[in-house]
Amino acid sequence: MTSPATSARTPRTKQRLGDRIFSNSALTAGTLILAILAAVAGFLVLESVPALTTDPEEIDILNGQPFWSYVAPLVFGTLWASALALAMAIPVSIGIALFISHFAPRRIAQGLGYIVDLLAAVPSVVFGLWGGNVLAPAVQPLYTWLTQNLGWFPLFAPPASGTGRTILTAAIVLAVMVLPIITALSREVFLQTPVLHEEAALALGATRWEMIRTAVLPFARPGIISASMLGLGRALGETMAVAMVLSASGGITLAVLTPSNPGTIAANIALRFPEAFGLNTNLLIATGLILFAITLVVNMIARAIINRRKEFSGAN
Amino acid sequence: MNIKRFGSIAAIAVAGTIVLSSCAANEPAANTEGNESTLSGTLVGGGASSQGTAQEAWVAAFQTEHTGVTVEYDPTGSGTGRDNFIAGGNAFTGSDRAFKDEELAKDNFAGCVPGTPIVEIPAYISPIAVIFNLEGVDSLNLDAATIAGILKGDITNWNDEAIASQNKGVELPDLAITPVHRSDESGTTENLADYLSAAAPQVWDAEVSGDWPYEGGEAAQGTSGVVDAVKNGNGTFGYADASRAGDLGTVAVQVGTEYVEYSADAAAKIVDASPLVEGRDSVDLAIELDRTSEAAGVYPIVLISYLIACSEYEDAATGELVKAYFDYVISDEGQATAAKAAGIAPISADLYEKAKAAVDSIK
Repeated sequence: MTSPATSARTPRTKQRLGDRIFSNSALTAGTLILAILAAVAGFLVLESVPALTTDPEEIDILNGQPFWSYVAPLVFGTLWASALALAMAIPVSIGIALFISHFAPRRIAQGLGYIVDLLAAVPSVVFGLWGGNVLAPAVQPLYTWLTQNLGWFPLFAPPASGTGRTILTAAIVLAVMVLPIITALSREVFLQTPVLHEEAALALGATRWEMIRTAVLPFARPGIISASMLGLGRALGETMAVAMVLSASGGITLAVLTPSNPGTIAANIALRFPEAFGLNTNLLIATGLILFAITLVVNMIARAIINRRKEFSGAN
Repeated sequence: MNIKRFGSIAAIAVAGTIVLSSCAANEPAANTEGNESTLSGTLVGGGASSQGTAQEAWVAAFQTEHTGVTVEYDPTGSGTGRDNFIAGGNAFTGSDRAFKDEELAKDNFAGCVPGTPIVEIPAYISPIAVIFNLEGVDSLNLDAATIAGILKGDITNWNDEAIASQNKGVELPDLAITPVHRSDESGTTENLADYLSAAAPQVWDAEVSGDWPYEGGEAAQGTSGVVDAVKNGNGTFGYADASRAGDLGTVAVQVGTEYVEYSADAAAKIVDASPLVEGRDSVDLAIELDRTSEAAGVYPIVLISYLIACSEYEDAATGELVKAYFDYVISDEGQATAAKAAGIAPISADLYEKAKAAVDSIK
């Protein structure tokens, strides 16, 4: 419809200085993040190569075993602790977020939201201290009881840890740490639900729970997923709290109450790095590369899920 | 009005007091020393993190005495420290082990005059306590095989015959033992493992290293982590730097036919009871620690960390600084400072004589 003549006649927009500065700085910011990511990836790959190509016999930490059998328990521990943490954190977060957005009186809702946000400001070292010195001794009797009475269930297989510093305790600490992120984002998404949808559901005779189930949750699902993925990112990379709480002295196991738990990649690097030298440093960086890759994969999966759900969400 | 004015006067008075008193607190350091030190310059060292606390105390005291000197000790870990010393980056290094013969043969130390021996002094002797938390029991007698068995997870209950037979009259409960070890790599683990593999090789069959070799057991980060885990648990068993044992129960270790509780004296004695590594120069006091010594009253589970320097520096000024610093470290005063700050066992008079001769040779 538009003839070439008209498009040729379109006057060139005048380039103002402010516009140019703004567009250039936005472009710089955009490329900067890519450059940083590339630099991090490049550093990890370069430093990892020596560890991957050298004979495992020459790297003290490996103790003769191949690289992959050294990383496997760590990868498992990282994913397992994060999965347990999310399994605990997501339902609670959604509950808190729904309470704040749809159930609580406005004044209480504001206060509660503020308190949850405060939780995000607590440093991970403090969580680590609390987890190791308060939470672990407190839950230890429960762990003993569980192994004695429900020991047949694979997760609760004996022996119980004598100090309570197990992967379940670490996961509880992680859950508390990711709670504020997931809650804050979910709450914002719940508040975005079109009021028309909610009122329509109520007008059709839905109870409040039915309204939330049919109008709010479907609308918010992609938001909940991306909130959870942000939380997962924090849980996967959490170093200090895990290093201080977890008793990492074993291989791959599903039992969550025993003293022998798989370590996590981040915590393992923190524990080994101070005394590492030579190729050991490269080895630890190589495990860091694996963590980097895991995080990327997890995020890509999350993206894929969100994109797939978008058309059914009713948001459009 | 009056109250306000009075308040401001009071404020000035308070501020004045604070300013004056803070001045006073700084002064004695500079004033009491009549004989001004002529040394000046910067001395860079680094290495074993085990020595970190002691080095801080030494550096602070040394710099107070020699105001023109700056000493830096970077606790990078023994391995890095030795590498830096070889490369000449560190004028001296702290190391949890002495240089091995093959390293001495192969490496030429960049900071030292070629062909001169290096000085190695075991100036940091720290007893490692075997600790436990068991209600109503403060001390237990155990031999190396039992300690190894508990830490490995072979002995799992406090009323086990192996423990009971060595502790007649002590009431041992029917309670699971939770062994706690270090989750990070550490010289404490390495020295305990070294002792256990020497004294109970049939039980402790793993290679000696700073990493915990066995699966199982409880792992905790750092000395504080282990101490906290043992303290917070019930029926827990672990090991830590003796200065940190606090109120926890400690193990008296079997040496020969008697059981020895850890003490500074007993820890220093094991060094005297051990021979020097053969074939080294007289200034190289590398010790072949005799963990199985049966001499009376020695406590064999100790961590020994060395101070390592050149006997002749390419740069004479550095040599002078190192000599003065080492001289202070091995002195009674230096050892007492570190004993207070880090709980080390001061070296014996006998070892001091040898160390003094070695330090005097530095130039």
